[in-house]
Amino acid sequence: MKPVKIAPSLFAKIVCFYRDGFREMILGRTLWKIIAIKLLIMFCILKLFFFQGFLKTKFNTDNERAAYVMDQMTRSAATINTPKEVKKND
Amino acid sequence: MIEHFDLTMVNWARAQFALTALYHWFFVPITLGITWIIAFYHSIYVKTGSEEWKRLTKFWMKLFGINFAIGVATGIILEFEFGTNWSNYSWMVGDIFGAPLAIEGIFAFFIEATFFAVMFFGWDRVSKGFHLFSTWMVAVGSNLSAVWILVANAWMQYPVGQAFNPDTARFEMQSFTDVALSPVAVSKFTHATSSSMMLSSFFIISISSWFLLKGRHVKMAKRSILVAAIFGILSSAFTGFTGDRAAYEVAQQQPMKLAAFEGLYDGERNASIVAVGLLNPDKKIGDDQDAFSFQIRIPGLLSFLADRSFDAFVPGINDLVFGNEEENIMGAEQKMKHGKIALASLDTYKEEKKKGNEAAANAALSIFNQNKEHLGYGFLTKPEEAVPPIGLTFSAFHIMVALGVLLPVICLAFLFFSFKDTLVEKRWLLGLGTLTLGLSFIASWAGWIVAEVGRQPWAIQDLLPVTVARSNLTAGTVQTTFFMFLVLFTILLVAEIRIMMKQISIGPEEN
Repeated sequence: MKPVKIAPSLFAKIVCFYRDGFREMILGRTLWKIIAIKLLIMFCILKLFFFQGFLKTKFNTDNERAAYVMDQMTRSAATINTPKEVKKND
Repeated sequence: MIEHFDLTMVNWARAQFALTALYHWFFVPITLGITWIIAFYHSIYVKTGSEEWKRLTKFWMKLFGINFAIGVATGIILEFEFGTNWSNYSWMVGDIFGAPLAIEGIFAFFIEATFFAVMFFGWDRVSKGFHLFSTWMVAVGSNLSAVWILVANAWMQYPVGQAFNPDTARFEMQSFTDVALSPVAVSKFTHATSSSMMLSSFFIISISSWFLLKGRHVKMAKRSILVAAIFGILSSAFTGFTGDRAAYEVAQQQPMKLAAFEGLYDGERNASIVAVGLLNPDKKIGDDQDAFSFQIRIPGLLSFLADRSFDAFVPGINDLVFGNEEENIMGAEQKMKHGKIALASLDTYKEEKKKGNEAAANAALSIFNQNKEHLGYGFLTKPEEAVPPIGLTFSAFHIMVALGVLLPVICLAFLFFSFKDTLVEKRWLLGLGTLTLGLSFIASWAGWIVAEVGRQPWAIQDLLPVTVARSNLTAGTVQTTFFMFLVLFTILLVAEIRIMMKQISIGPEEN
């Protein structure tokens, strides 16, 4: 009995397309390594240790964050609008 | 405010943002522009079936791939900085920026990434038509990504379609179309992308000129230059047109920035533009000294640029700082009074809300709404703080314009000698051609300096100065990450240049 030939599905064709494309890369391999190292540095070092969102880490809720930012605005305005002599007495 | 905030931190945070944006902008304009030129090369190949055009297309595609790979995700660092160094600002604009940036991530980047694979892997694997379509879609997708970032940037220069909500301390979006289609957003997008197309033309002209000087890949280099020169001239013309439009919008929405472009201290009718000039370093706001040590001016052109009439009044820095009743211009001094009322009423609103006194809170809110247009001025301690660094803005603007005039002339020369088929003999032009990439980058960076330094002290025009937009961090923290980025980006840039140089020296694949 002859084996029945099954036409590859569209999904299989796409998978093969990508697989073959990646396999045949030469310069692309170096570039992908650079991308991987870069993303690793960005997300696993920079983001994790140096760039945690300021408000996200300081406050737990959006209400607290909103109150803090509003306070920053009005407090700085109060500092500006208060004459220096009063500030000294404070 | 100046005494209250750590200015050192603000300046380091600004320097860090400028550094990151500058490095990011090494990669972005090439990506934005070269994709269109590659699509043209690819179209010519599909139309002619010539293997020479195929090699040429693949070569420039390879250089684009290197640039894309090294540059990809460098913009994410800017987003890290928003959350860390500029947390007040990030909080306040989250509602406005969320939509455009989400659209960018989901829609444009998705299109770009999907067709990117087909463009690179698709040679002889998919039909020629679909392959070509994918190349065009990469160009479209790259530029669509830029739309949303530039919409966000434009909103900071011209904050339309929003209302400040004192309960959430946020600028909340009232109209998406007002934000996305504001005239500043349209002019910013068209000017940034057309100038990137111009820069990419010179990327190709520069490398091809080097090939011709070395006598290598002569046929490919000549063909590349021919298409790039035509593209360069067309994009230069469009850049000029959109630049004029952008300047008009600046005149309407950010008159202080326009005054800084031209070092214009005292407003005038039939205002002239400075063709060449040297600013007087001793000149101070409000004094009687000449603004320029030396100048050559073109009469009436600034008035025409600003208001499409040679007789139009263009306000100067002094008018905008101290006001000009005759021309009905409110000065920063007066705006500060309104701003301080707005801030005081916000404070009252907050206190009365806490007490549960709704009537008093609503009364305070009503006063806020009457004065909110000048909210940001309430944070200034003196009117002169509303003036951006004039020397840097003036110099950057004039460098940008001068190069914007020179580069298309070089492009025309390339086109002329290409048609005469005597390009190889014009070694002086080829030598000049190799320099054009550097000149294009200088013009492009100068453009960003004009846009961003020229809008100081504002993070959001008239509403939020950079000193209030910042996080409550120490300068040392920001300094540390500044130098980390300097090292990281320098390594990336060296990697890009080395890989790119290697591929250029290898040249296009032989048959």
